[in-house]
Amino acid sequence: MALDTESRGTPLVEMRNMRKSFGGIDAVDGVTLDLYPGEVVGVLGHNGAGKSVLMKMLSGALSRDEGEIYVNGELANINNPRDARHYRIETIYQYLALADNLDAASNLFLGRELVTSTGLVDDAQMEAETRKIMARLNPNFQRFHTPVKGLSGGQRQSVAISRAVYFNANILIMDEPTAALGVEETRMVANLIEELKSQGLGIFLIDHDIHAVMQLCDRASVMKNGKLVGTVKVDEVTEDDILGMIILGKTPEKGTV
Amino acid sequence: MADSTDTRQLPKHVRRNIIDTMEIDTRLLGMIGAFIVICVVFDVWTGGRFLTPRNIFNLTIQTVSVAIMATGMVFVIVTRHIDLSVGALLATCSAFMAMTQTAVLPQWFGIELGSPIIAPVAIIVGLIVGVAIGAFHGWLIGYLTIPAFIVTLGGLFVWRNVAWHLSRGQTIGPLDGNFLVLGGIEGTLGATASWILALIACAFTIMLMINARRAKLRHEFPVKPIWAEVVIGAIAIAAIVGFVWILNSYEVPGGRLARDFRARGETMPEGYSEVYGVPYSVLLLIIIAIAMTVLAQRTRLGRYIFATGGNPEATELAGINIRFLTVKVFAIMGLLCALSAVVASARLTFHTNDIGTLDELRVIAAAVIGGTALSGGIGTIYGAILGALIMQSLQSGMAMVGVEAPYQNIVVGIVLVLAVYVDILYRKRTGD
Ligand SMILES: Nc1ncnc2c1ncn2[C@@H]1O[C@H](COP(=O)(O)OP(=O)(O)OP(=O)(O)O)[C@@H](O)[C@H]1O
Ligand SMILES: [Mg+2]
Repeated sequence: MALDTESRGTPLVEMRNMRKSFGGIDAVDGVTLDLYPGEVVGVLGHNGAGKSVLMKMLSGALSRDEGEIYVNGELANINNPRDARHYRIETIYQYLALADNLDAASNLFLGRELVTSTGLVDDAQMEAETRKIMARLNPNFQRFHTPVKGLSGGQRQSVAISRAVYFNANILIMDEPTAALGVEETRMVANLIEELKSQGLGIFLIDHDIHAVMQLCDRASVMKNGKLVGTVKVDEVTEDDILGMIILGKTPEKGTV
Repeated sequence: MADSTDTRQLPKHVRRNIIDTMEIDTRLLGMIGAFIVICVVFDVWTGGRFLTPRNIFNLTIQTVSVAIMATGMVFVIVTRHIDLSVGALLATCSAFMAMTQTAVLPQWFGIELGSPIIAPVAIIVGLIVGVAIGAFHGWLIGYLTIPAFIVTLGGLFVWRNVAWHLSRGQTIGPLDGNFLVLGGIEGTLGATASWILALIACAFTIMLMINARRAKLRHEFPVKPIWAEVVIGAIAIAAIVGFVWILNSYEVPGGRLARDFRARGETMPEGYSEVYGVPYSVLLLIIIAIAMTVLAQRTRLGRYIFATGGNPEATELAGINIRFLTVKVFAIMGLLCALSAVVASARLTFHTNDIGTLDELRVIAAAVIGGTALSGGIGTIYGAILGALIMQSLQSGMAMVGVEAPYQNIVVGIVLVLAVYVDILYRKRTGD
């Protein structure tokens, strides 16, 4: 069980006893989760289980009622999105957080614009950087001067992903990154996850597709009604085990960590 | 990994026509077209009295006050707010400045009327009042989350009557002579300085175009053909020179010149003449237009203003404090109201109780006619200024052909609705 977590050293992130309620409803109720470098942890659960709320507390988008966040073993002070960025936590939100009226480069750099020596926004430089990163993520992408409103779901998704990748995240949160995507784009995201993982990032992946989770993730944590059902190693359990956790809230005999 | 040459060419973007090649903003083109049509129609209608240097001069100085505020209204509307209090705020700033120069400074501080420090002090007082009230509105809207419509509707009642309270409803004047210089006809650059200004503006335009092209080439982005750059540059220079030439053709009436000479104890030489040239108030508008455009397009603040209009949640998730941003936007609006108050009261040469009445509606109309979308996220500074100019020329033109004021307002109202409809059609067609 806890045998090899020790050997992996300090986790990238550790969330302890996270709690958040909205007007008496416990959206997240005492959840403890961790994430190691080069690891993908799937976060599963039915609709409204509290996955997004838990991740939003980590990304600073929501304040937490209780709980501590440790980054690289040290207590982290995350109270807003800026703090999270400081700890190199990047998030791809379930409902794409893009400003529709701005182009890809402006969205990628939103809040972290490159500026010239005179302090003015350097659009040309930002476009050049955006072209570079997009050439890697989505080589077919050409529409650098259109507001992102005019882009397809997949193109918009690649803008959102490029933002997380460009700024060298240590910890990446992906909240249903493939929900709006076609087969081809989904495969592209899967490849990207593999690549980022091999670079040593830690990734939290929220996905309703158990099959994808089994393929991409090292561990899976299941939530139900705001509580953590359990965390399992995916290669020691079956899809049915995980389904049981999601639906019945039942932890399997083996594979739990 | 993608082949990098592959990503650079733009095969799908077929150059459709000349306007496309020159990368001209078709919306801008449409507005300029509408403006020209208005000018030509009224010129024919009035038998050539509309497009005289004198009338164009008057048109520009009448537009300044609303145009200044309209640039700020663009930011307000882009962030999905509205400001119904700008006319009332203008009145309060005007009252503060009038009281400062006619009562506070002379009576409390013993500074005689005509002292050179009166005008600057009065203007600073006005600016502080404007920024403070604007920031207060922004705080109520951003931090207390009271809708802007309500805050500024309340503000309309409050500030209109605070202005009344300060002056007890009296007309205050005459205002300080140096202050009046910013009103329009009382302060102009004259021929030589106007030409120098034109020269600087042309040089500046050329420099900007060259810099923009260099930046694109440096990053190997596609650039438009040289001939297109030259044509655009030539049009811009022609517009600048033409504008200054017209204002420089408006001669100061002989009677007035003679009076000025007499006032200085001299006699006017035979055959002496002088022209007005560019008014200081118009120069002020030009400076504000440039500053606001740079702010909108080339600063982080401007970027965040537009991002907030496009998606407030996303902007907040990107780590931007949109509450404080709201305070800044309304503080800028307040500052511009104060500057407009300087121009408006200086043009009248006194502060009146009803100064700026209905300006809130003219300012909103100017911004909207200029292409600012009430749904947020879209708008340009030049559009708002053009919108103000279009409205003012409609109104002056109708006045010249003898349309009574109530009918003028009916036409302006219809034009506003029509302009927004045309804009909607345009957006549907271009898809942005
Ligand atoms: N801002 C909010 N205000 C009030 N309640 C909220 C808020 N955000 C989430 N909730 C509630 O918290 C609970 C957990 O929501 P959450 O978004 O985390 O679900 P989820 O697991 O991400 O679901 P899904 O799979 O549908 O995305 C739900 O009951 C939801 O209604
Ligand atoms: Mg969710």
